[in-house]
Amino acid sequence: MKYDVIVIGAGPAGLAAAIAARENGAQKVLIVERDCSLGGILQQCIHPGFGLKLFNQDLSGPEYAGRFISEMEPKGIEVLCDTMVLEIEGNSLKCANVRSGIVTLGFKSLVLAMGCRERTRGAIGIPGTRPAGIFTAGTAQRFINMQGLMVGKKIVILGSGDIGMIMARRLTLEGARVEAVIEIMPYLTGLTRNRVQCLDDFGIPLYLSHTIIDIRGRDRVEGVTVAPVDGNMRPVAGPGRDIKCDTLLLSVGLIPENELSRKLGIEIDPLTSGPVVSQFMETSVEAVFACGNVVHVNDLVDNVTIESRKAGKYAALSALGKIPGASRVVPVRPLAGVRYAVPQKIALDFHGGEKICVSLRVAKPDRKVKIEAVSGGCVIASLKKKIVKPGEMETLNLAAADLEKITGQVEIRVQSEASHG
Amino acid sequence: MHKAVQAGPSNSSLHPAGGGGMSADVVVIGAGAVGTAIARELTRFELEVVLIDKNEDVGGDASKSNSAIIHTGYDAPPGTLESRLVTAANPMYDKLCEELDVPFRRTGAILAAVTGEQNELLNGIIQKAHKNNVDDVRMLSREQALALEPEISADLKGALLIPRESIIDPFLLVVALAENGAENGLRVMTATKALGIKTENGKVKGVLTNRGEIRTRFVINAAGLHGDEVAAMVGLSDFKVHPRKGQFYILDKNTPYKIERIILPVPTKLTKGKLASPTIHGNILIGPTAEDLSDKEDKAVTAQGLKEVVEGVRMLVPKVSARDAITQYCGLRPTRTPEGYFIEASGEVKGYVGVTGIRSTGLTASIAIASYVVDILDKAGLDMRPKKDFNPRRIGIKKFADLSWKERDALIRKNPRYGHVICRCENVTEGEIIEAICRPLGARSVDAVKRRLRAGMGRCQGGFCGPRVVEILARELGVPAFEITKRGQGSRILSGPNR
Repeated sequence: MKYDVIVIGAGPAGLAAAIAARENGAQKVLIVERDCSLGGILQQCIHPGFGLKLFNQDLSGPEYAGRFISEMEPKGIEVLCDTMVLEIEGNSLKCANVRSGIVTLGFKSLVLAMGCRERTRGAIGIPGTRPAGIFTAGTAQRFINMQGLMVGKKIVILGSGDIGMIMARRLTLEGARVEAVIEIMPYLTGLTRNRVQCLDDFGIPLYLSHTIIDIRGRDRVEGVTVAPVDGNMRPVAGPGRDIKCDTLLLSVGLIPENELSRKLGIEIDPLTSGPVVSQFMETSVEAVFACGNVVHVNDLVDNVTIESRKAGKYAALSALGKIPGASRVVPVRPLAGVRYAVPQKIALDFHGGEKICVSLRVAKPDRKVKIEAVSGGCVIASLKKKIVKPGEMETLNLAAADLEKITGQVEIRVQSEASHG
Repeated sequence: MHKAVQAGPSNSSLHPAGGGGMSADVVVIGAGAVGTAIARELTRFELEVVLIDKNEDVGGDASKSNSAIIHTGYDAPPGTLESRLVTAANPMYDKLCEELDVPFRRTGAILAAVTGEQNELLNGIIQKAHKNNVDDVRMLSREQALALEPEISADLKGALLIPRESIIDPFLLVVALAENGAENGLRVMTATKALGIKTENGKVKGVLTNRGEIRTRFVINAAGLHGDEVAAMVGLSDFKVHPRKGQFYILDKNTPYKIERIILPVPTKLTKGKLASPTIHGNILIGPTAEDLSDKEDKAVTAQGLKEVVEGVRMLVPKVSARDAITQYCGLRPTRTPEGYFIEASGEVKGYVGVTGIRSTGLTASIAIASYVVDILDKAGLDMRPKKDFNPRRIGIKKFADLSWKERDALIRKNPRYGHVICRCENVTEGEIIEAICRPLGARSVDAVKRRLRAGMGRCQGGFCGPRVVEILARELGVPAFEITKRGQGSRILSGPNR
């Protein structure tokens, strides 16, 4: 069976990519999903806040996903759920499917939309015992929202990521007491709106520049020790402060899930942990595209959708042989003040007259800045911002006309307005 | 749908003692590697054998938190019982692991001298190895060693090759010994704590447990770290056991650096040092620390300990980094005072056999200790008639990840649950998890599933599969999900249903 476009993953990225692929001329489009239903992580995101940017509506996760699922159905997009992709060989996938066994699926172009996973206790190496009661925030969210099961009664949350803050509110609504949210950085790592709506509104204290230096409890968590950190994020010497709790939630970062991409030999950007992509969301392997949190961890699902539509569109055009091979490709590099920028490369000779949206995250909070794209010493695009925060993604648009000014590598930088006119 | 044979995890005793009391020819206390190997060895004979353990699963404590190495005994104190048993055990593993379907690989080890001072010690180490009858240990030049293991530090001065040092899955070793024992008639009682040993006229009469009394003439103390407490139950107090903590890291399978062999440091008077080893499943393991403690419950990893591990191993393999860690753990090695293996029938209490002082080499030695204990029991007058139908073979759970495409396809068509991948890091399917729960001595907790199948041992550390494993356990055991534990009583994962 040969498809024009196969999309791996039926989360927000995969759904948007599949629809866009179909709308842009791909005849046979298939989504492969390992879960038994569509929507990906949105299925467990029963809180509002989705769709504000794209639909100007405040939707829950399932509602947001539902819009795409119902849009998809009349378009004849095929779906294969309960199917785990085990290997990608050339232009085909080998998958395990509950009903059909091992199936091989051919494609002309492929969209990787596997999303991301949560950073764990082991990855950050929190000292202490290893009792029950330590969860990543998303795992706790699955238990509570999908399985109707509570993870604990007295909770401490490490990390001010969005899922952690959303879970602080969710757990409080379910009758648990959230003792504290502890953040090692001197600033919030998630969205400010989540701090306001999920912590401040419920009187949950947030401790910035603090971390957990010990976990206690033999069988079940009994408490954690919290200590302030110095400028190098090292705990300040001293006994720290004990907080009694039965549960520790971790919201300490998300990591793009690129096991399949690595097996394919796709080039990975160490700054994003996702594939290096062009403005078409094409990876270093021809006809393999990627979008959403598998590329870089987005702040808003709306941004994932926008980016994924692009991936779907160009995957379709690639399958139809409508993307000419690029002869002039320039890299996009983040300079000081910018943690990463996507796309990491721009093809210059074919851009279909479309603007290029450079997604980026700043390295630290700042006020009154200009975000600039620079090539050959000239500023080719610029964006003024009153406030920038690492928790919120920024987008710098390069219009088709701006691309004409590119003479080589494109650098993305944050300039303080005070020092720079 | 097949249901698990036993009731829920709250009743995790696999063979409840029942009200009427039980009797056995031999009771083995402690289902770590040593106790389980002894108990399984005894099932070769026409005997009623009961293996008890305080934990909810077999696997012990020290036996599941160690460096997962099958040693040669090259560095044992020559002439000791330890040296004799470790060197005898090492060659037995090829056959044992083949029979019991346990992952095992003869990787070999390189002992790396990274200073001139260390280099001068190598000759002495070879001589000691030869005294221990480990004759194949040999010197490697710096170049030879680096050709074998290019990630070893450029500071390398010289090295030894210890060809028969090997790696194993320590969890599966003990599970397999217990399962095979059970198949041959062994009764395994988990969540069963020895509270006392009944004696009359200087003879063992029974073991008192939280699940009632087991009448027996012979009791074997394989309680590891708690060996002194069990000995005290028969009035023996001539030794103490304290824990020596070892902290470890497991690194991601994706590290840009790889090692094929175990990389060992040159031991100093103070410490054997920190090693790096490939694991049988493709990760890198680094550690351990050696911290003498008094608290037998202190299983916390510490910032200081973990730092020491990384700094220590970096002297051998400089690229090792804590950034590549997927988890950390800590084990407590039983350290006996006075030191050394003590395996003997008591002269004072007839029927009591102490197996104490079995330190970090015990995982290796367990299988030789088992035969040694059989001899002791034989001499002590236990009637040892060989069992005619003893079956040494155990068939493990078919691992979906290890199968060919054709085999996978056939398996899914036969049982669709093998097409349902639950742990996506290690590619463990629902079919395997159900089998781990439903087979004899089945898993009753999330950790028990993890140790049998590696579900949750990958880089997401159970973040994705954890809730699904809880769901499957609850379904198969017929209990509410919030009763499922991480590792037995007191370690419930959930607090209850939503309000």
